[in-house]
Amino acid sequence: MKFALQINASPYHSSTSFTAYRFACEVIEQEHEIFRIFFYHDGIYHAMKSATPPDDEFSIFSAWQTLAKQNDIDLVVCISAAQRRGLVEENVAQGFRLGGLGQLLEATLLADRFIVFG
Amino acid sequence: MIKKYLFALQKPSYSGLYVQEIIDIILTTAAFEQEVSILLLDDAVFHLNNNQNAINSAYKNTATLFSILPTMDVNAIFVETQSLLERGLSQNELTLPVQEVSRKEVTAFMSQFDLVFSG
Repeated sequence: MKFALQINASPYHSSTSFTAYRFACEVIEQEHEIFRIFFYHDGIYHAMKSATPPDDEFSIFSAWQTLAKQNDIDLVVCISAAQRRGLVEENVAQGFRLGGLGQLLEATLLADRFIVFG
Repeated sequence: MIKKYLFALQKPSYSGLYVQEIIDIILTTAAFEQEVSILLLDDAVFHLNNNQNAINSAYKNTATLFSILPTMDVNAIFVETQSLLERGLSQNELTLPVQEVSRKEVTAFMSQFDLVFSG
């Protein structure tokens, strides 16, 4: 089954992103496919290149990057939500890309299951 | 491909940029020529209140934001009856025409859509 996700929550304000991450890992474990994750609202902060949590803390940033790299997941950050919050192209972390709401709509049309977190 | 989208909104007006950004998704969905419906529940019924003064807020008047929707042929706007009554609102205080859905019908109402965006 093809999944697409939307993440609206910021990385650390709540456990929403971690819950989404655990869900994504389980989807892949169950041999389904996640082809795109769209970061919207405060979810765009996941793509901050300069985010450097302390070494003894779980890094939700690198967790998403690693999961995406290993499973060929398209991590799209809404460009208008990002620009509003000061995230511009040169500050976007590796593995993420800026995109429009058209990419979100495309994902909802192609996915068998579309899940929104936050 | 055409899917039936429902935007089931619950958050109050002026919840940061939330309302403004969800309307961007609704407009994009309409631009993709999909079937769009909106259901306003709980404090989200205030979005359509035509007696808002947003001058001293950092955000746009939500009734004005919603008034753009008919220009994109988004006319299927539903309001949960009890949410409206509990907040002392009536249909003639809303900026757009709406259809009412009672609380006990909400689950069945939602089941007719392919996708439900919550928020």
